[in-house]
Amino acid sequence: MAKKVAFMQGNEAAAQGALYAGCTFFGGYPITPSTEVAEVMSIELPKINGKFIQMEDEIGAMASIIGASLTGAKVLTSTSGPGLSLKQELIGYACIAETPCVIINVMRGGPSTGMPTGPSQSDVMCAKWGTHGDHAAICLVPASVQELFEETVRAFNLAEKYRMPVMIMPDEIIAHMRERIVFPEPGELEVINRTAPSVPPEQYKPYDTKFGDVPPLAAFGSGYRFHVTGLNKAEDGFPTTKAALVQAEEERQVRKVDANIDDIVTFEEYMLADAEVVIVAFGSTSRSARFAVNEARKAGIKAGMFRIKTFWPFPDKQIKALAGKVKAFITPEMNLGMCTGEVKRCAEGKVPVVGIFRVDGEPINPGQILDKIKEVK
Amino acid sequence: MEKKLPTIEIIEKYCKGCHICVEFCPTKVLEMQGFVAAVKNLEACIKCMQCELRCPDFAIKVTP
Amino acid sequence: MAFDYDKYLRPNKLPHIWCPGCGHGIVMKGLIRAIDTLGLEKNNTAIVSGIGCASRLPGYLDFCTLHTAHGRAAAFATGIKMAKPEMNVILVGGDGDGTAIGGNHFIHACRRNINMTYIIMNNNIYGMTGGQFSPCTPTGAKASTTTYGNPDPAFDIAKLAIGAGATFVARGTAYHANQIDKLIVEAVQHKGFSVVEILDDCPTTYGRRNKFKSVIEMMNRLKEVTVPIKAAEKMSPEQLQGKILTGVLFKEERPEYTAEYAKVIERSKGAK
Repeated sequence: MAKKVAFMQGNEAAAQGALYAGCTFFGGYPITPSTEVAEVMSIELPKINGKFIQMEDEIGAMASIIGASLTGAKVLTSTSGPGLSLKQELIGYACIAETPCVIINVMRGGPSTGMPTGPSQSDVMCAKWGTHGDHAAICLVPASVQELFEETVRAFNLAEKYRMPVMIMPDEIIAHMRERIVFPEPGELEVINRTAPSVPPEQYKPYDTKFGDVPPLAAFGSGYRFHVTGLNKAEDGFPTTKAALVQAEEERQVRKVDANIDDIVTFEEYMLADAEVVIVAFGSTSRSARFAVNEARKAGIKAGMFRIKTFWPFPDKQIKALAGKVKAFITPEMNLGMCTGEVKRCAEGKVPVVGIFRVDGEPINPGQILDKIKEVK
Repeated sequence: MEKKLPTIEIIEKYCKGCHICVEFCPTKVLEMQGFVAAVKNLEACIKCMQCELRCPDFAIKVTP
Repeated sequence: MAFDYDKYLRPNKLPHIWCPGCGHGIVMKGLIRAIDTLGLEKNNTAIVSGIGCASRLPGYLDFCTLHTAHGRAAAFATGIKMAKPEMNVILVGGDGDGTAIGGNHFIHACRRNINMTYIIMNNNIYGMTGGQFSPCTPTGAKASTTTYGNPDPAFDIAKLAIGAGATFVARGTAYHANQIDKLIVEAVQHKGFSVVEILDDCPTTYGRRNKFKSVIEMMNRLKEVTVPIKAAEKMSPEQLQGKILTGVLFKEERPEYTAEYAKVIERSKGAK
């Protein structure tokens, strides 16, 4: 049977990806340019006995999905910059309470209300450092409608596997562009479900490290009774201020990502084998970068691209390895140097890192990148 | 017929000494003994249960 | 036999954190008795709170318990109830948590008329942070941030709930301990969003600053200042001046949210 093919908008594809992954609960609040995700979920979820709720505000939306997640549901919310700022409070809650959830944040201009209909890539630091306190972060930055679908599935997988909030951050261009999408058949993409507890209710502890760094999470209403709090907690879920316990729990919550970076980090290497000038790009900017690399190659310049698909955890290992081989990095991005700073950190001064920054609501065009390639080669 | 006396158990480790049970007992059955509540006059108890109901600390159990 | 509270308490969690004379413990006992009367199944009951003294309550109870972030209890609970409408969901918290930082979630839970019960322990103050004024601190009262008297007018939580669309609103006090469980039972049995406000003045951070000599004096105030709603019907406006009504203040039938969403599910299946 031929696969289902559609011409679809990015946000709609994200919603379809969530449904493919088994999402049954969406809590949201309208915000441009992410609203289509909510609209599709409001139409599709009831058809599968799922639940859609439009909450009173962004914080309420985040709260509702954490509550629903604790009943065992796969949950999603979608938002954009100002909404992400509000959601940070409870993203932190999902981190410390280790509650799986997926947040789609469509990047628009900022700070504050900024440019609601203009694209940007300026929320990537907010994905990592937005909520207070030490915590792990996973943030995916797809570059096409197809990839937005697939990465949404992967976001659910990572959220359930590592018991934490996972963010997908398409820029506004990826979220609103329409492209051809080929829908995977059911079963074609891996779908990971939450690990249920293997112990009887009376032995269950929600943060029992006997089961490793990601202890199984039981569902409310399934016969397991336990306590969930946003306070620093012990293995049994109850608040503690015991220094050794707090330290160990905090470290474990970060380690569960740090120790699994190779499982989480994804990237694309484009013409890197002999590349001397390497563009490090993500999202829609990587599409301009690919064009620029092709043009540079035609002009005899050994250019290539390292495309970041997983922004957090950052692909440190790969960028560090490249830094020992190439002559320069070029980092085009629709912000004032967020990825550039990370690449500089990884380059450790071995090679120059040259940024191209745009925050005027316009995409970075291939010509800008090509000019920079010629300048630094 | 002899009146059956209730039992009033005071769990001292829970009592925080707020005086509520002592003050609101209509027949003055209880008193403070140092920091915690204690039974002074069990015979006067009318089993109204107010001391148990109003004890914020789960420190009083009355079996009528 | 004495009522067996232990049956519903998690082992080894007492004594609780609340100060001597704090009414939150009295409310917790009332809630336990109500749950016992209602026969709510532990595995099928979620107790959800925000942040503050009162919000520590769920940790003591042997149910599915969720201690959320400041003000957010109603929004978390809405997620639970929507995802699993068959669960009983009871919210507990304080006046600052519920009507200031959580005010928006509170009024919208009322508006949706989602089948949950919210027990608000109104102690007139932010107790856990040391006695700053809350939206329920009386005008003129002293708090750690109103040294010269509170300039703010106070919320009437019951009126706020009724205005926002709650379909069952009741008020009790820590003094009237034997009424608390009865109000909660009726609230939980009501199909829709029910609010039970329990007045339980904070002796430590409110009483001390406002010339109450002891918690006994504060409890006596609750006795003197309140009037059961039935008795109030026979009183003149002059007699009711400065009085606070207790009992079931409001009750109406209106479509309940999860039931309405079940209809959405049905309608969606007919859609293309």
